[in-house]
Amino acid sequence: MLDTILHILVPIAIFTFIAAFTLFAVYAERKIAGFVQDRLGPMETGKYGSLQTIADILKLLQKELITPSSADKILFRIAPIIIFVAVFTGFAVIPWAKDFIPANTHTGLFFIMAIISIDALGILMAGWGSNNKYSLLGSMRAIAQMVSYEIPVGLSLIAVVMLTQTLNLNEIAIGQGILTDGSIKFMGIWEVNEIGGLFAWNIFQAPHLVITYIIFFIATLAECNRAPFDIPEAESELVGGFHTEYGGIQFAFIFLAEYAMMFLVSMLGVVLFLGGWNTPLPNIGAIRLADWTTGLAWGIFWTLAKSLFIVGIQMWIRWTLPRLRADQLMSLCWKVLTPLAFLCMAISAIWRILVIA
Amino acid sequence: MIFKTASHAFRTAIKGLSLTVRHLFGARRSRTELNIKKDNYFEQQDGVVTVQYPREKMPIPEVARYQLQVDIEDCIVCDLCAKACPVDCIEIEAIKSPEAIGKTSDGSVKRLYPAKFNIDMAKCMYCGLCTVVCPTECITMTNEYDRSSQKLTDLIYGFSDMTDSEVAQRKAEWTKFQAEKEAAKQK
Repeated sequence: MLDTILHILVPIAIFTFIAAFTLFAVYAERKIAGFVQDRLGPMETGKYGSLQTIADILKLLQKELITPSSADKILFRIAPIIIFVAVFTGFAVIPWAKDFIPANTHTGLFFIMAIISIDALGILMAGWGSNNKYSLLGSMRAIAQMVSYEIPVGLSLIAVVMLTQTLNLNEIAIGQGILTDGSIKFMGIWEVNEIGGLFAWNIFQAPHLVITYIIFFIATLAECNRAPFDIPEAESELVGGFHTEYGGIQFAFIFLAEYAMMFLVSMLGVVLFLGGWNTPLPNIGAIRLADWTTGLAWGIFWTLAKSLFIVGIQMWIRWTLPRLRADQLMSLCWKVLTPLAFLCMAISAIWRILVIA
Repeated sequence: MIFKTASHAFRTAIKGLSLTVRHLFGARRSRTELNIKKDNYFEQQDGVVTVQYPREKMPIPEVARYQLQVDIEDCIVCDLCAKACPVDCIEIEAIKSPEAIGKTSDGSVKRLYPAKFNIDMAKCMYCGLCTVVCPTECITMTNEYDRSSQKLTDLIYGFSDMTDSEVAQRKAEWTKFQAEKEAAKQK
């Protein structure tokens, strides 16, 4: 009985978090956009415009649901749900702190990769179901982009998994801090089990993992259809891309999914490369900074802080770089990221045999 | 080839990102000098440039092309402004007077009553031609620019200060005068 209640409460908690995060992130996005362009961003609703996104969501909730007369009604209606649920389910296997994880599965990473791919399906349903040329073009681009970029993401994940030897995200996170049983070597030479902190993170366990993380970051940026890879939406060419025909709460769900996806991939990157819930502060002799800042509350804090930092970088990039052309997008994926990711994977294999074992 | 392009892309991306992050943190300041006439106006190139309009206002020149204003005491109802107006936004109705009514502040003699002097500011294109042709300089442009309203008819400004009964009385006076003149001719 208690288990059942817990199984209901956890998704509700995660949904509440995603909703709150989206409200905050949209506000942050608009403020960052304003500041980068020497503007102020929202200023009128609430102090410094802090209630702007709440006003926005209240407006969206009140709107009528309009289904275009020539749309495929079933596809059109269920597409936002599929898009959101695909991303939402991904949160099930990501740890927030040590053993503080909705579902501690041995195939967590594989599960995430599988479930995120369904997102592409939802986008195709939205684009096709809308029966609108812009929506269809947008969703075709989205599929091409998401399927292509899944390859560098997958390869960079394999490069890490070769070193961690597990697909369980909880164990991957444990293996990057002072709580681990195995040995952690900074750049493969310096034993840092006791020191912990920043030096124990996966990204610093081998030199090529820094490049792997950059590949992962760029590829996941494309996975969530964010600028500079936002050609599926491309408001200046395709009106709104695959969500042109959506309004009201359906649009809100697509939007929610976009921001949840941003947070999900940031969190995944944090767990795999940046130490997960482990503290960045090392133990220095008698000053046990790492020991002091490890625990349940600290774990959640570090996960949140690191993920929000990565989300901040995603926003910063969005408001700096111009959109890539479709062919540039493909050549970046197939000619640069995929070969590099393969190279990283090969180095990981050699590293595993020669340095660790 | 691909290495060259990739490294070039990377370097230029870093360049752009460092530029935007400078602006991001530069947003803690905002431009203090709003008056373009001041010497230091162009010295502040960083910081937020937004002027939050109803709360903050930019200084504007005292006489520029903004809302029109008519000093009706100085108006000789010559109708020149209405004729000069390219969009016909000025509507004037004059009533002749049997004798001179008085003098304007620059000494011109007034012989006409302004029964109606309406300017439709919704039509006005702010060219300022009416102010140029006015012989007594009674129609001027002020520094008032924010006169937004809920109704379109609120933008028709009436400058005539005559009441309906006054208009009727002046009209009657003129008809009487005409009739008397007519009668004198008949004799």
